Amino acid sequence: MESPLIEFKDVTKRFGDRSVLERVNLQIYEGQVTTIIGLSGSGKSVLLKHIIGLLKPDEGTILFKGKPLSEMKKSESAAKLAQISYMFQDNALFDSLTVYDNIALPLRETTNLTETEIDKRVTARIEQTELEDAAHKYPSEISGGMQKRAALARALVTDPQIVLFDEPTSGQDPVRKNAILGMIAQYQRKFGFTAILVSHEIPDVYFISNRILALYDRSIVFQGSPEELEIFDHPFKDEVIRSLEGLQNELTGLYSKRQFKVMHQAQLTQSAGGAPYCIAVFSLGDLDLIRRVAGHDAAQVAIRSLGIHIDKHFGAIGGFSTRHRNNEFVTVLPYSDLTEAESILKDFVKNFQERDIHDVWAEIRGQTKAPEPTRPRLSAQADCIDFGVLAGIAQGQPAAHIDSVVDEAKSQQKEIARLRCDGRR
Amino acid sequence: MKSKPTFLISSMMPFGVVGRAAIRWICHLGASMIFLLLAVLKILRPKQLIKIIQQVYYIGARTTMIIMLVGLFTGMVLGLQSYHALVKFGAQGALGALVALTLVRELGPVLTAIMIAARAGSAITAEIGIQRISEQIDALDTMRIDPLGYLISPRIIASIISFPLLTTLFDLVGIIGGYVSGVLLLGANAGTYVYRVQASMDMKDVTDGLIKAVVFAVIVSTVSCYQGYFAHMRSDSHGAKAVGLSTTSAVVISCVLILVSDYVVTSLLI
Repeated sequence: MESPLIEFKDVTKRFGDRSVLERVNLQIYEGQVTTIIGLSGSGKSVLLKHIIGLLKPDEGTILFKGKPLSEMKKSESAAKLAQISYMFQDNALFDSLTVYDNIALPLRETTNLTETEIDKRVTARIEQTELEDAAHKYPSEISGGMQKRAALARALVTDPQIVLFDEPTSGQDPVRKNAILGMIAQYQRKFGFTAILVSHEIPDVYFISNRILALYDRSIVFQGSPEELEIFDHPFKDEVIRSLEGLQNELTGLYSKRQFKVMHQAQLTQSAGGAPYCIAVFSLGDLDLIRRVAGHDAAQVAIRSLGIHIDKHFGAIGGFSTRHRNNEFVTVLPYSDLTEAESILKDFVKNFQERDIHDVWAEIRGQTKAPEPTRPRLSAQADCIDFGVLAGIAQGQPAAHIDSVVDEAKSQQKEIARLRCDGRR
Repeated sequence: MKSKPTFLISSMMPFGVVGRAAIRWICHLGASMIFLLLAVLKILRPKQLIKIIQQVYYIGARTTMIIMLVGLFTGMVLGLQSYHALVKFGAQGALGALVALTLVRELGPVLTAIMIAARAGSAITAEIGIQRISEQIDALDTMRIDPLGYLISPRIIASIISFPLLTTLFDLVGIIGGYVSGVLLLGANAGTYVYRVQASMDMKDVTDGLIKAVVFAVIVSTVSCYQGYFAHMRSDSHGAKAVGLSTTSAVVISCVLILVSDYVVTSLLI
């Protein structure tokens, strides 16, 4: 089995008489996105600060690549620290420095790079985080979302191997929240770093996480994939997850996965009595292209817009939908066999190709034309983005698990609509 | 009536309070000495020069106007008071010597240090304190930038450079102030004033004044930086209030230590 990059063994931390972490055991693996979830004030940030060495445990051991931090020589500690970046909850940007200087700070102070090389690397990060117009402003002159992006750019400018994100989306609206998470996922894929997030943005954070660690009552009570968390039976689920996860997805307004499963279960009960149902899976294709050309916010707006159109169409005929993955939606069509479902989908495709996809595009354009100065503007040659929507359908089986039906529908996916920049449909 | 042990405990209370305060003070004194030592050790690191020049500008150049203003009126009031005292003995010719020696040996270094503590020292504490509570100093740690070398060392060096320069400026403007009130307004002899200023002072007066300025620079910069750096560890308050209280403490402690150390340094130099 793969050995963990970071491992906590019976770590306990107290502040005075108050115990914050009690015999915490956890493993974090290289190249993954690991998210620590828990209620506010449960010690998530304290846990993160132990990894970077800002706090030291009162008891227990923290291992980095199998070696205890407490036994590391100064040079080894420095080498370990050089691989890690930390994005603070409140950004911790220097308010007396401009955004550009904040991002350049670690390079100027800890490397021997020339000013030209520093400028090249800083400018690249500024472009990637869509901060061109804010580069020479002070943190107090820009919005909270831009400050988050500036902190993200500063965390990534040294090309770290491990990035710790302390509540990266706190205080953001749903679009911006998902845009930041999308940005983290995209950079993690692009640069291959190990990401460790602290968040209570459930379920949005599931879409980008490989592993979830659940901190509850001062200990880690769950470690595993988001899918494994779904079947985890523990008071943590009732007290934490259900209190954080609303009945509806914040971005799209669709049912949460939990609510969707409750409704699907009810459907299964009915179908056991002979009522057929189908499941359709929709995906927004070319999401990376939308991100690249129109920005992360616009990509989230496109996802939201597609979700709204799916809900509008299928909700009217009794269907119910959820956001299954980052750019994927699942819809249950009750009382419909495969032939009827295909006919309903055909109507949807007709409307979507003729009208709705243009609405989605209008929303993307609207986002890029919004007055906020740092939102990317579409360049003349990229005045249009060629993107498509895919759909697949499968007959629901009473005995089959929903995931297998969803997988089957997914395997049937084909392009149902495309916005073509040359005017063809 | 109180029982004997309770009476004993309550009668010992003031000693306990004083004892604890004394221990706390000694702890802070030791910690600030270590803090100063570590900051001094980190002066010789790359890219410090630009930061030192920036701090000389903030601590030194931007305090120039207030130092000149205070220096001018201190000299003027000294000239005014001294003239009326000296004229009773027919010794108004000694006005220049009195003004110059008072300013160069004592008032110049002390008032300059107090003014810088009030203006730049408080700003240093507030700035570092805010950086501490907003996790900017923790951010430096995570970026492998030594906060002592990055924030503290340049300020201490800049203070050591700025204090003697500003003290000299204070002395000069003060002597001019004495001339304005004593000669121009009250009619003392101009030639005698200038001659007495020149004749009464030797190099030791000037160097003693500048040694005091350097000692005060170390005190003010260390106290101000220390108070800001550890603003988050105050037991009496947190957050913005802790920064406010630390700023007040920095100015009060600096002023007290300036006056105490003035006596000590003077007794050693005299």
